[in-house]
Amino acid sequence: MTERHDPDVLFKALADPSRRKLLDLLHAHDGRTLNDLCEHLDMTRQGVTQHLDLLEAANLVATVRRGREKLHFLNPVPLQEIYERWIAKFEKPRLKALGDLKRRLEKTNV
Amino acid sequence: MSRSTFVYVTYIHTTQQKLWSALTEDTEFMKQYWFGFHCESAWTAGSPWKMVSGDGVVTDEGEILEADPPRRLVIRWRHQNKPELQVEGESRCTMELEPSGSAVKLSITHTMEREPSKLIAAVSGGWPMILSNLKSLIETGSTILDDPHLKGDRH
Repeated sequence: MTERHDPDVLFKALADPSRRKLLDLLHAHDGRTLNDLCEHLDMTRQGVTQHLDLLEAANLVATVRRGREKLHFLNPVPLQEIYERWIAKFEKPRLKALGDLKRRLEKTNV
Repeated sequence: MSRSTFVYVTYIHTTQQKLWSALTEDTEFMKQYWFGFHCESAWTAGSPWKMVSGDGVVTDEGEILEADPPRRLVIRWRHQNKPELQVEGESRCTMELEPSGSAVKLSITHTMEREPSKLIAAVSGGWPMILSNLKSLIETGSTILDDPHLKGDRH
């Protein structure tokens, strides 16, 4: 379970075009079965399973059993954490700059 | 039957009991990671449930369908504030807390029996932010994200 907290696992999982394609497919339509996903990739069923296992280990994909089917969902929570780590840091000065601009322009209007 | 569902999962270094408390009765803690919002309920099966914004508006209402502390909570959830979301009717939100080594696996499943669903689209953007904030607050004692509704500098 420690690997789920390791950012290396997350970035390795993202560093492959087939795995990104799988995430794109789930982003377009969530809750897909393995059969459904295999139809969109030129790869063996075993290959797709291995990619999905890596995505699940990185917590980018969550699975739910519904009857005999296993459904795959895109889990955006680790991506949100990346966003917060870097992007959110740059948001504050930008918002402050906009706020300052608004205040200055509104002052000159008076 | 068509439905809209998302499943979001996060692993938090804490105990099931602390996480249960953070998701239910500890409303002051909830406000810190839920951007000022909190939920009100007796947190037992059959009791009413509502979500209240920082300025006191009831945005969502429903009922606790299942409560098995500190493992499982199911909420019948209907939005009340925006007409286009309210008209879609009831959704179901399931929270599952499972021990996972030194952490707790928190799974949130939110389902609406219609496809597409504006409510599911709306809440699917909010949940990752709330869960990330909750994880940061429990693990480090402070949140990372500022309230998106408050654009001023907090200093």
